[in-house]
Amino acid sequence: MTDRRDWPLWEVFVRARRGLSHVHAGSLHAPDAEMALRNARDLYTRRQEGVSLWVVPASAITASSPDEKDSFFDPAGDKIYRHPTFYDIPEGVEHL
Amino acid sequence: MTPELSGGRPATAGPGTDKSASYALCLGDDALVMAQRLGEWIAAAPQLEEDVALANIALDQLGQARSLLGYAGSLMQPARSEDELAYFRDERDFRNVQMVERTWALPGGTGSDFGVTMARMLIWSTYQVELYSRLASSADETLAAIAAKAVKEVDYHRDHATMWVLRLGDGTEESRTRMQAGLEAEWGYAEELFDPSYVDQELVADGVAVDPSVIRDPWNSRIDQVLAEATLARPEVSPVRGGGREGIHTEQMGYLLAEMQHLARSHPGASW
Repeated sequence: MTDRRDWPLWEVFVRARRGLSHVHAGSLHAPDAEMALRNARDLYTRRQEGVSLWVVPASAITASSPDEKDSFFDPAGDKIYRHPTFYDIPEGVEHL
Repeated sequence: MTPELSGGRPATAGPGTDKSASYALCLGDDALVMAQRLGEWIAAAPQLEEDVALANIALDQLGQARSLLGYAGSLMQPARSEDELAYFRDERDFRNVQMVERTWALPGGTGSDFGVTMARMLIWSTYQVELYSRLASSADETLAAIAAKAVKEVDYHRDHATMWVLRLGDGTEESRTRMQAGLEAEWGYAEELFDPSYVDQELVADGVAVDPSVIRDPWNSRIDQVLAEATLARPEVSPVRGGGREGIHTEQMGYLLAEMQHLARSHPGASW
């Protein structure tokens, strides 16, 4: 019980309110999914931060590697035409 | 103390007033002493996550204590504040059951034991759910409001305790043995929770107070269900003598009060 490493790591996602996506809030240790959900409630929604929680085993997440940063993300750097900045927004349109 | 709760004094301070104060005092002392004892787990729980969970539960209990003691004090003649009731009463004036005041140690042991803690939490929060869910329809609007808010809190406490009892009971041989030992240690103190002698029968008849003896059956069936699923045996332990409601406490109560009260007594009137 005293060894934290006995408990797997879980990633916590919180939905702040209806209509928004779940957003990564942090991580925690828990022996299983049910307890992870409860620990997430206690650690990440103490101040009414959310209306819904997801917990995901950290081991189930496949993450991009820092080594791949250049080939993954740099090529997008000079493709300004991918940004919708070349359109004139008609007057009177508040949300586009 | 929130204004809507502290201002709950009935317009006509009839003969029932003192009885209501005594009743609220008993329930408030239970929650206060439970909160103080639970606070010992902060920075001492097996895991950081459990630290926070137990601290949350302790603070919920403290919140209930503040509401109940504030209300009890407002009914007294002369009126007394929640702080006066918490910090400036002596051991014999506390009305909490003995279950909540004891340390978390196994009999003969010294250190806090997680099995004892989860056993007591299960017994206690199952009792509180049954109590508050009935008190939420009390004829006394203030007690009803306090209970309606608290029942959601204690429902979560029960869930937390149930989760752990299931996992430890139906876990390894070691965890099952220790969980069973925790249950055996706490079981004898459960009987005091259902002793109705502290509740004025007139309050029960008026629909103000809950007769705790009616909680026993639902409590039993819920506890039996959890124990069965956790593969734990229902302990066969004789009830202890009790007496907490009359101010008779175990030897561990004095130390708890000393720790809780010494700051307020060293600096009377101090606020921060």
